[in-house]
Amino acid sequence: MHHPLLVRATHWINFLSFVALAVSGFAILMAHPRFYWGESGYFDTPAAFELPLRVNLDQTGWGRDLHFMAAWIAVINGLIYLGWGLSSRHFRFSEYKSLQRFTYLCVIFGLLPVTMLTGVTMSPAITAAYPVLFTIFGGRQSARTVHFFAADLLVLFLLIHVILTIREGLVNSMIAGMVETK
Amino acid sequence: MMSRRKWIAGVPAAGSLLLSACKDSLPPAYGTLFDLSNSLTFSAHRALLRNQPLVREFARDRITKNFPAINETNPKNDRYQQLLAGGFAEWRLPIAGLVSQPAELSLEALKQLPSRTQVTQHNCEQGWSAIAEWTGVTLKHILEDAGMLPQARYVVFHTVDGWWDSLDMFDALHPQTLLAYGMNGGALPVAHGAPVRLRVERQLGYKSLKYLSRIDVTDRLDDVEDGTGAVGAAYGYSWYAGI
Repeated sequence: MHHPLLVRATHWINFLSFVALAVSGFAILMAHPRFYWGESGYFDTPAAFELPLRVNLDQTGWGRDLHFMAAWIAVINGLIYLGWGLSSRHFRFSEYKSLQRFTYLCVIFGLLPVTMLTGVTMSPAITAAYPVLFTIFGGRQSARTVHFFAADLLVLFLLIHVILTIREGLVNSMIAGMVETK
Repeated sequence: MMSRRKWIAGVPAAGSLLLSACKDSLPPAYGTLFDLSNSLTFSAHRALLRNQPLVREFARDRITKNFPAINETNPKNDRYQQLLAGGFAEWRLPIAGLVSQPAELSLEALKQLPSRTQVTQHNCEQGWSAIAEWTGVTLKHILEDAGMLPQARYVVFHTVDGWWDSLDMFDALHPQTLLAYGMNGGALPVAHGAPVRLRVERQLGYKSLKYLSRIDVTDRLDDVEDGTGAVGAAYGYSWYAGI
């Protein structure tokens, strides 16, 4: 198996930006670990559910800065990978087992776009330009709740992906580029 | 053919060219790596908002009960308490700086100007959001009345409790950017910034300062207070808060 440098580089950048997104997302969440459904939600409205976290208002500043920096890196990195992959016919899903293929398709065409779109639905600026986002997700607070679950599933995917990669002994192929094929 | 090394070297060169070309329209730099990503966010939003769309406005029956009041809810300083006791009859809002007719507006004078009422959602950076009706005068109207000079680029706001922040003209002149003196049909309550607060609907709540005490029109932010453009910088909050 052979992984070109561009695949390895974009993959590790992707990994690091996802870790940064998860950590900073958690930092942002600590300011208000309550979730709602619909348009509005605040201290006096009933929460759909609440996480047993101690409220911490002091991690939001860097959390938000890091979250959006990592999001930009992930998007730009993803576009580079996608552009290269399409032009060089890199994507060959037929090589994967059916469960693996199903999972990758769910992540690429389901979780990633949903996470990105629910993320920008929380932006008062972007939704001024595209109010249809509120229609799609049923309100700002619904979008925030969906964002949380979609992000959780992405983290779960990442964990399983890393564990399987280690178990299959494929980590070297993502560092050095080459492993002996079985 | 262009070598890979040359191409890679060209990236920062092109980047700095691009930055210097639009430096005039970037948010104030804080001197961290986040300046890059925050400027990218800012520029992307400005492109998306180039036609100056309005945020959604709701029907009155969508107004939420017990709109949260956070941070300062009743400034302790003596001057404010005096003004409050006098029903804000003595309150004045100075408009100064790059204007041909500096003014000191009273609450009554503000109420005589054409008003705008909008029911919008307040989006706190903490994560919650709530809907309220705001009544006030557009900042655009105030700036035009004061004779804003052509070189004006920013509007700086100061508050009774020592906060300060700024907007560039793109947001300052937006039709929904208000100096609000009314909330949900009544006078603006003390907990929500009486007598007058700012509403900046396309940014997060922390840009909508309460308890306004002074407005300065300027062409630069580096000589205002600590030069960062907003009090929030000291707490790690980005100047532009469109997301």
